[in-house]
Amino acid sequence: MIQVASTPQWRARERRREQLFQLVGALIVLFALTTLAVLLTKILLDGFARLNPEFFSSFPSRRAENAGILPALVGSAYLLLLTAAIAIPIGVGAAVYLEEFARRNWFTRLIEINITNLAGVPSVIYGLLGLQVFVRTLMMDRSLIAGACTMALLALPVIITAAREGLRTVPKSLRDGSLALGATQWQTVRYTVLPVAIPSILTGVILSLSRVVGETAPLLVIGAVVFISRLPDSPASPFTVLPVQIYNWTTRPQHAFQENAAAGIIVLLVLLLTMNALAIYLRNRYQKRLPI
Amino acid sequence: MKPRLEWVIVACLAVLSLAACGKQDSGSGASDKQSSLSGTIRIDGSSTVLPISEAVAEEFAKAHPNVQPTVGKSGTGGGFKKFANGEVDIIGASRPIREEEDALCKQNGIEYIEIPVAYDAMAVVVNPENTWCDSLTVAELKKIWEPAAQGKIMNWSQVRAGFPNERLVLFGAGTDSGTFDYFTAAIVGKEKASRGDYTGSEDDDILVQGVSRTKGALGYFGLAYYENNQDKLKLVAIDNGNGPVKPSRETVLDGTYQPLARPLFIYVNVKALERPEVAEFVKFYIENAGKLAEEVGYIGLPDNVIALVKERLERRITGSAFGAHGSQVGVKLEDLYKLEEASEKSAQ
Repeated sequence: MIQVASTPQWRARERRREQLFQLVGALIVLFALTTLAVLLTKILLDGFARLNPEFFSSFPSRRAENAGILPALVGSAYLLLLTAAIAIPIGVGAAVYLEEFARRNWFTRLIEINITNLAGVPSVIYGLLGLQVFVRTLMMDRSLIAGACTMALLALPVIITAAREGLRTVPKSLRDGSLALGATQWQTVRYTVLPVAIPSILTGVILSLSRVVGETAPLLVIGAVVFISRLPDSPASPFTVLPVQIYNWTTRPQHAFQENAAAGIIVLLVLLLTMNALAIYLRNRYQKRLPI
Repeated sequence: MKPRLEWVIVACLAVLSLAACGKQDSGSGASDKQSSLSGTIRIDGSSTVLPISEAVAEEFAKAHPNVQPTVGKSGTGGGFKKFANGEVDIIGASRPIREEEDALCKQNGIEYIEIPVAYDAMAVVVNPENTWCDSLTVAELKKIWEPAAQGKIMNWSQVRAGFPNERLVLFGAGTDSGTFDYFTAAIVGKEKASRGDYTGSEDDDILVQGVSRTKGALGYFGLAYYENNQDKLKLVAIDNGNGPVKPSRETVLDGTYQPLARPLFIYVNVKALERPEVAEFVKFYIENAGKLAEEVGYIGLPDNVIALVKERLERRITGSAFGAHGSQVGVKLEDLYKLEEASEKSAQ
């Protein structure tokens, strides 16, 4: 076998195969990147001219050149804050409980399976759930808070899973050390485990929140509006968000609205890239400080 | 070093909320002149009517800064569901209310006033290089688009004797749109009955691009898309038995461009109308719909019809003048005049 494998012909053939595979791989990457580059270039060309201060400080309008994204931007920011306020405590709390306190039995396994499954549910289903539970049953109406509750549900599975992964990376020796010094389990979690796990928890949180910022379908279902004349002033206010505003503009016949949509997409892209960059930055920065 | 992380988060949140609050102030700063009306008006419904409602809401909010009109986009069917639940005050509809929707309203004790606000027309277009096709009859369109045509009618020569041997490439509305529902009802005779082997898209720009780049192309979409792309497309006249007619403001209003023109409506909850801001908004809507509809690409109703509709509103005539039978093809202005007859009858 070894003799056969080391014949020059065999080696030459394998080298050709490898080269072929590399070529195919490179072509696939090139194709994906070219498509992305074409899309980005088109969006930038279409929308860049519209990116002026008025675009950020105006309300939507039937005249494309007067229309702006102010309520959408503010709505997205509020929605993000409210969603974070709801989803982070519940998500991290659930992860800490499952990872640090709960006993492994059929019940926790059931919960785990459900959380994993929920992460794969299409977002529009969360919208229908939110419409029935928050908007109708809990009478929240088409408000920011109803939107934030729905988006929190959407973000929770990802946050819980990411937070649990983070907690799992904390070495057992740290916990044992803390417990050996007489700390209670709560003290161990609070002062030893969580501080070490926070960078990766935070990464998961930011990534799932950036998904929230880009979501359209569930918000359309629960009734985010597409035109609004005032900014939301309380959690009970009607609201709109960036993706909904962009979606609305793309369906208009006038070309000027397509330019607005492109400009809106640039703003959304920058926002998402910033959030993802922040996640990477936090991870890199705090991972180096591990006390081990 | 640990507090640094918390500071980063706090700083981010602070900047975000400050940005939001700061803009908030400048937004409501201009609100303390004129108009004593206040409150929120919830509008939802058809995506076709949305541009008109949006334009009306924009103008109304300028005149009454303390009133907050919000416009949603859940489609005609979805809109009627919310309307029947009493969740919204006004909905836009690209067809008259259906029987089951009317029944649901009655069941929930919701009375409504039906108000036509504009006309929408669909354009059938071909590539500018197409020299042979200036007009099509409804029967020819049906032959092209009916489900039985799938995989069979693939060449222009099959459409009419004398058309050249050129591949027929079709572009049309996506199956989720009201445009698709209406086109199939008007041409094939049954809602949603269409062949499936065509390029369908909710994004009409894709259809415009497709037709403008393919010599043998034929497509249909809202007239506004044709008007915004006249240089890339050739408009086809429709022959409904009385000679070929091209869509225009005149032919839609005099009822000769049929069956591809339809009225658009808003439905107003009578109970919501008791709120002064809603009453004022609806009045404002009727008075300005004509002008604003033209601005966003539709065809405004003529003055005499607007006057009739206004009277209908003032007398609080409820119910559908179309007998709550849903999409009806070939609804003409005459039918709107019948609105008045119906209103006269119910007033007596």
